[in-house]
Amino acid sequence: TSAMMAGVCRRGMLASLGGRLRAGPRAPLRSVAAAAPLYDVVVSGGGMVGSAMAAVLGHDIHFHDKKIALLEAGPRKEYDRMPETYSNRVSSISPGSATLLSSFGAWDHVCSLRLKPFRRMQVWDACSEAMIVFEKDDLDDMGYIVENDVIMSALTKQLDAVADRVEVFYGSRAVGYTWPLPSHSCDTSPWVQIELADGRRLQTKLLIGADGHNSVVRKEAEIKNIEHRYDQSAVVATLHLSEATDNNVAWQRFLPAGPIALLPLSDTASSLVWSTSHEHASELLAMDEESFVDSINSAFWSNANHTDFIDTAGAMFRSALSLLKPSGTAVRQLPPSVAKVDPESRATFPLGVGHATEYVQHRVALIGDAAHRVHPLAGQGVNLGFGDIACLAHHLSAAAFNGSDLGSLKHLLKFETERQRHNVSLIAVIDGLKRLYSTRLAPLVLLRTWGLQATNALPPVKVRI
Amino acid sequence: QLSLFRLTMKRLHSTSHSSVDSKEMKKFQLLAQTWWDEEGEYSALHSMNDIRVPFIRDTLLNMSSNYHLGNPLSGIKILDVGCGGGLLSEPLGRLGASVTGIDPVEDNIRTADRHKSFDPVLAKRIQYKSSSLEEIVEECMETFDVIVASEVVEHVADLEMFIKCCSQVLKLEGSLFITTINKTQLSYVLGIVVAEKILGIVPEGTHEWEKFVPPEELERLLESNGFLVKTVNGMLYNPLSGSWSWMESTSINYAMHAVKCGAPRQPSPTGALSEMESEQSSATAGTTM
Repeated sequence: TSAMMAGVCRRGMLASLGGRLRAGPRAPLRSVAAAAPLYDVVVSGGGMVGSAMAAVLGHDIHFHDKKIALLEAGPRKEYDRMPETYSNRVSSISPGSATLLSSFGAWDHVCSLRLKPFRRMQVWDACSEAMIVFEKDDLDDMGYIVENDVIMSALTKQLDAVADRVEVFYGSRAVGYTWPLPSHSCDTSPWVQIELADGRRLQTKLLIGADGHNSVVRKEAEIKNIEHRYDQSAVVATLHLSEATDNNVAWQRFLPAGPIALLPLSDTASSLVWSTSHEHASELLAMDEESFVDSINSAFWSNANHTDFIDTAGAMFRSALSLLKPSGTAVRQLPPSVAKVDPESRATFPLGVGHATEYVQHRVALIGDAAHRVHPLAGQGVNLGFGDIACLAHHLSAAAFNGSDLGSLKHLLKFETERQRHNVSLIAVIDGLKRLYSTRLAPLVLLRTWGLQATNALPPVKVRI
Repeated sequence: QLSLFRLTMKRLHSTSHSSVDSKEMKKFQLLAQTWWDEEGEYSALHSMNDIRVPFIRDTLLNMSSNYHLGNPLSGIKILDVGCGGGLLSEPLGRLGASVTGIDPVEDNIRTADRHKSFDPVLAKRIQYKSSSLEEIVEECMETFDVIVASEVVEHVADLEMFIKCCSQVLKLEGSLFITTINKTQLSYVLGIVVAEKILGIVPEGTHEWEKFVPPEELERLLESNGFLVKTVNGMLYNPLSGSWSWMESTSINYAMHAVKCGAPRQPSPTGALSEMESEQSSATAGTTM
């Protein structure tokens, strides 16, 4: 009968999103709810961000006696050793994210599998000579290129380590959520009710939505999302370089159709992330391997998009800058050339931007892509998510140590304010950059050329980025 | 524990020696449903948890050497006198304590019971009883490690008897935490005129300035009934942010921590001297604890 009830409820919920869901539980729910196990926190979505969230809480001393659940639709991902070939989905991990991952022991696992630190980032324009180089003065790493599978494997290991506190439900998808009424009408369950695809039910004091940019949690909570689909898809692939090199530089060139980036994986291999129009993306996927490699090399090396006007203007600005600030123009390094692509490693996915108007509600919090989605051009996506985790975990830990109700808006709002302040400007800048670099129009090219050159010459601005 | 539950409302009305003021009871009866609305009438009490829970928690942690940060109050038996809807009992329960919450208003206890019933961990750790403090004295002699009387003593009819009863149900070396309002011009202006009549932070008529208790008098009563006052801290409510903070001055709200030391001390001639003495003894007592 509970499966039948679940079926009725599911149909009811899917039939009328909106008002119906907020109207509160139906009468028989009380007896069913009594049976459903109660968790302190349920994280919906077991990707990198969701798994890390569950792991961080599981390792938090103030959560020692709490019950946490992680819902993941896919299967368990763990490797003792990585396969020979590199995966085509990689992330650029910032030092801050690495710190978070090491705070609960996951970074050690990442290091023991594989990763590639990079020391330098060269970003330049296809329409001019303007270029900006990021590197740290001390010989510290700027960031790390890590395959997503490696991160997942490390997170899985650390979740296992706290299995007494964190219960992971693999192959489980949440299909419906029932929200509690405001707390002072206390005849109905004050917890969030979650219904899984297999009919099982859970209750929780706090639901954390980490289910990606098409977040079901966000939709069911009726949180408005400001989103925009770019006319771009990203093409990813694993590439092999013509010759072995130190390969500790991340390269990105802004082409009119979109940026192309080469992220180092090893001394001989790099990962490609090429954001371009949908048509071009399909072409790239369809063409034979040799043509594909030629396109990549041409994209990085060709000066076809230069115009004399821009070149002269750029050169003038550069000499002016070198008068004012002699150290402000860096030497342009040449990116490596590509020899071949891993067969089967080419793939494409559409790009967009999105930002939820609210990150939290009573007993609900959104993190990662569920809260904000950005263009990969700045390599920030997963780092924003890890930043969300650090902030939310900090507030939840303090709340737990104060004996507070974990789902209370009081501390959830503090998390929202902190993160929105941080994220909104960054997302706007990334989106702005994407638009600015999508054109060949001379005035805008000049603007960004000079802007890039100026930014390259000004240490304070560069450090902030 | 079973004996506690034999007590009923009938005994409450029959007792003549009671610290419960029936007029006060009526005031709270009207608001019994609104306890758990964080934005409602009791929002200031909800946000007071942000300072009173850490105060209680850290004081108790400092006094013990054997605790686990994941369950800091585990094994500690706390009596929450005048628990109302359970606003303070629940966080203490979540931190691991076994809490007994008593309140003379039955509707409050009903609200508290209902609210805790949805959380199996809290339902086990917290027991509520509709009762006055006097009524449980017999069954609970020297039962509790800690008594919490937060925002209560400004409502009791007989403060000295209240304190004597606290002493009876508290174990030796047990802690008594009190938060209340000082009786000053400032507390009249801010605590009654502004808080009740102008800003509506507190429901009108909740407080009577006549019954406010100055910290000197509270200290005197405590120390002449076998307590040693260890800490007095002023508290300040910011109506714009809706949050509480600690402050030097005790002229409006304040919190006090006292320890039952058995022998009643001679009341000191001046208030200032007694504070100095208690500072000295808390310095030495720190080493003996």
